Amino acid sequence: MSGHSTYEPKSGVEKWLDTRLPIVRLAYDSLVDFPTPKNLNYWYTFGGILALCLGIQIVTGIVLAMHYVPHVDMAFNSVERIMRDVNYGWLVRYMHANGASMFFIAVYVHMFRGLYYGSYKAPREVLWILGCVIYLLMMATAFMGYVLPWGQMSFHGAVVITNLFGALPIVGQSITTWLWGGFAVDDPTLNRFFSLHYLLPFMIAGVVILHIWALHVVGNNNPTGVSVQSKEDTVPFHPYYTVKDGFAISVFLLMFAAFVFFNPNALGDAVNYVPANPLVTPAHIVPEWYFLPFYAILRAVPDKLMGVLMMFGAIAMLFILPWLDTSKVRSMRYRPTAKLYFFIFVLACLVLGFCGGKLPDAHVIPGLTTFQLLDADLNSMVWLSRFAAAYYFSYFLIILPVLGLTEVPLAQPLSISAPVLSHPAKAPVGAAASPEKRG
Amino acid sequence: MADTVVGANPEHAAGEDPNRRDFIHIAAGVAAVGAVAGLAWPFIDQMNPAGDTLALASVEFDLTKVEAGQSVTIKWRGKPLFIRHRTGAEIASAIKDDHAALRDPQTDEVRHKPGKAEWLILVGTCTHLGCVPTFGGGDYGGWFCPCHGSHYDTSGRIRKGPAPKNLAVPDYAFLSDTKVKVG
Amino acid sequence: MLRKVYVFAALGLALMAAPALAVTTQVEPKEIHWSFEGPVGKFDRGQLQRGYKVYREVCSSCHSMNLVSFRNLGQKGGPFYDAEYPNPNDNPYVKSIAKDYQVNDIDSETGDVVQRPGTSADRFPNPYPNEPAARAGNGGALPPDMSTLSKAREGGSAYIYSILTGYKTPSANLKVPPGKYYNPYMPGDVSGFWSGDMKDVPEGGFIAMPPPLVAGKVTFDDGTPSTLEQQASDVAVFLAWASEPKMEERKAFGVGAMIYLLIFSVLLYVSYRRIWRNIAH
Repeated sequence: MSGHSTYEPKSGVEKWLDTRLPIVRLAYDSLVDFPTPKNLNYWYTFGGILALCLGIQIVTGIVLAMHYVPHVDMAFNSVERIMRDVNYGWLVRYMHANGASMFFIAVYVHMFRGLYYGSYKAPREVLWILGCVIYLLMMATAFMGYVLPWGQMSFHGAVVITNLFGALPIVGQSITTWLWGGFAVDDPTLNRFFSLHYLLPFMIAGVVILHIWALHVVGNNNPTGVSVQSKEDTVPFHPYYTVKDGFAISVFLLMFAAFVFFNPNALGDAVNYVPANPLVTPAHIVPEWYFLPFYAILRAVPDKLMGVLMMFGAIAMLFILPWLDTSKVRSMRYRPTAKLYFFIFVLACLVLGFCGGKLPDAHVIPGLTTFQLLDADLNSMVWLSRFAAAYYFSYFLIILPVLGLTEVPLAQPLSISAPVLSHPAKAPVGAAASPEKRG
Repeated sequence: MADTVVGANPEHAAGEDPNRRDFIHIAAGVAAVGAVAGLAWPFIDQMNPAGDTLALASVEFDLTKVEAGQSVTIKWRGKPLFIRHRTGAEIASAIKDDHAALRDPQTDEVRHKPGKAEWLILVGTCTHLGCVPTFGGGDYGGWFCPCHGSHYDTSGRIRKGPAPKNLAVPDYAFLSDTKVKVG
Repeated sequence: MLRKVYVFAALGLALMAAPALAVTTQVEPKEIHWSFEGPVGKFDRGQLQRGYKVYREVCSSCHSMNLVSFRNLGQKGGPFYDAEYPNPNDNPYVKSIAKDYQVNDIDSETGDVVQRPGTSADRFPNPYPNEPAARAGNGGALPPDMSTLSKAREGGSAYIYSILTGYKTPSANLKVPPGKYYNPYMPGDVSGFWSGDMKDVPEGGFIAMPPPLVAGKVTFDDGTPSTLEQQASDVAVFLAWASEPKMEERKAFGVGAMIYLLIFSVLLYVSYRRIWRNIAH
């Protein structure tokens, strides 16, 4: 914690408890009196949204596990029984399925926000890396959860992803067989995935506690990137950010509810409502949308092992990012050149996601055939994903290291309060303002 | 920080009605609690019996399979159901004890359908702690529960041992002379 | 990896319906307006009942519907829901439907497989005893189970409707294999059977199901003219219900939840503005 605790136990019971287990003090210091920069914009509400997402997934998941049967002959039907016969089962299951997508929407916003405002830079490297660990665990959890309904895409998705490990030299095949517990994805695989899918969220919750702990040691970053200097720069977390996060959560839940109630299968694949059949692969294997950028990177590389390495490398970039970015300026608000490259980076990620959902040979511009370059036509998804993947890696490995040494950043304000105090007219701002318009 | 409590915020503009401020915060808080409470019900109700479970809650049984003096046990709602074809002697012994000192006083007549004294249909779980009593055992020739020694007579009434109640009679109806529907 | 996708794609074509691909082609499903679209859309009860009749008299002779029980017909939102019988198991009409079916059971005395009339708790019996029998009865192709069919196909009801009404006599250059039928709405690749200009390969694929519906095949009890389109759209709606029997309950819950959340958001926003009004930020 930064600074000393301001908690003062009021009643006798509180005093009694405080000398034995200061849990109320911990909650008070973390959630009530925690000094938070007063200029956090709506992009900073996604941490709270993510905590809610994790809570929703755990609660709905525990409920689903009460009705789900992890057996190849019964898994599909038990999910349908939840949808048809269990009281409000449709609600719980659609919340869980769409909740996964909402979780990833929120985590991507949260990560891009961190990238933009330089939240990975000293002294927040450990905070950032813990976030990357959470993201990795989330991906593992989501992948295994998607296998559980045992539909066509569940099964063949599991086949494709577990086969990735087969690309590793020498040990690859043994690892794959070990993961499967057999010679193909089958009942043992489903059973262990169910067990791990139940375990991992609690590991996520554990790392989330570390993530919040690290946050409370170094304090929040903020849109200016300038460190907190005085009490004037901060407000207590409660009520200022509880109400702001609460409002953002409520708006987020509106979007969540629109999916759950009115379009619950929009983010899923129709083929997953066909029971798994190991003898027939669906015509078009696609992962869930949140994996598409990595899937595109995988397919962009013609070599199996290299593809797998590039895909994992794309995630590894995030872990070493704090030492790749050489700029001393945190927020890109004061780095106009970096800002431009950042938005191209966001675009590259979206393009990768788009390519991941298409067949590699599909034309980008319909009907236009240009010329064959190496293994594919230049106007194909595979080439588009190669360009985007190249930019993805350059952003981390070339642009950020070099730019920090060469660019001329704008002047940063002396303190968080300075820009506000010099422009008093800007004080209270509207709800949907973009980050750039805010204090 | 001194101004962590909203109502105590000293900075609010003069002339503003603090009660109105409080109202909106309280309303928002109540709405949050209401949302959680409203969503709690589906998460509680999901543990109640599901549609397919409820649909299987009744069984039909053909009585011609049970000889006089015998009892069969079938599964109904996950529990054993005793269907006992009583002999004249068993019926007589049950009626004889109608006015004995019973822990849970009931006449034999209310424990079977009118004119069907030979058919006794009971839920086969001991009213003590739910074990399944064995047929024909005990001091009264009805059932004996091996778990804690409850004795039931030929009408399924508790006569001795820790159980507080007679064996329960489920809802059932004769569809014909030889067919009953339970549940 | 890439080659694998292609090989599997080619293998999968015959049986799987999937989104449009480079190798697979299909005509986009017809644009139909369904009564159950939108946040407050509901199933048309009469249409569900007619659709059930089409299913009963035509589809069910080959297609199973393993996940649907007779009682589902009488539950809230179902074709034969009757407010007088909130417990669908008591609904007399549902009981009479169930009774018309013979379902397999085990004789508790002898252990023999016996047939008995269905009860409302029973599921729709499978027209074939097992998968090989279903394939053998249909020239090697497996009629897909209908319980989730509508949500298991890209396009849902519109896709089913388009397949049912979309059979077309192909051009003479297309050699349709025996036991197959050309349908432009069926995803597939017919280029191997095309003898004309390769630029003009027809879109769509072959389907093993002969055109199942013709005008007048099913007589509707409510006097609705029994055109091919009517039968197709009615059964498409019935199948949409069969795959999402809780849709109406879900949407009703959703409208309430959205209104609540909107009010909640407004309250929180006002509260937020009031709390922050004196903080320059």
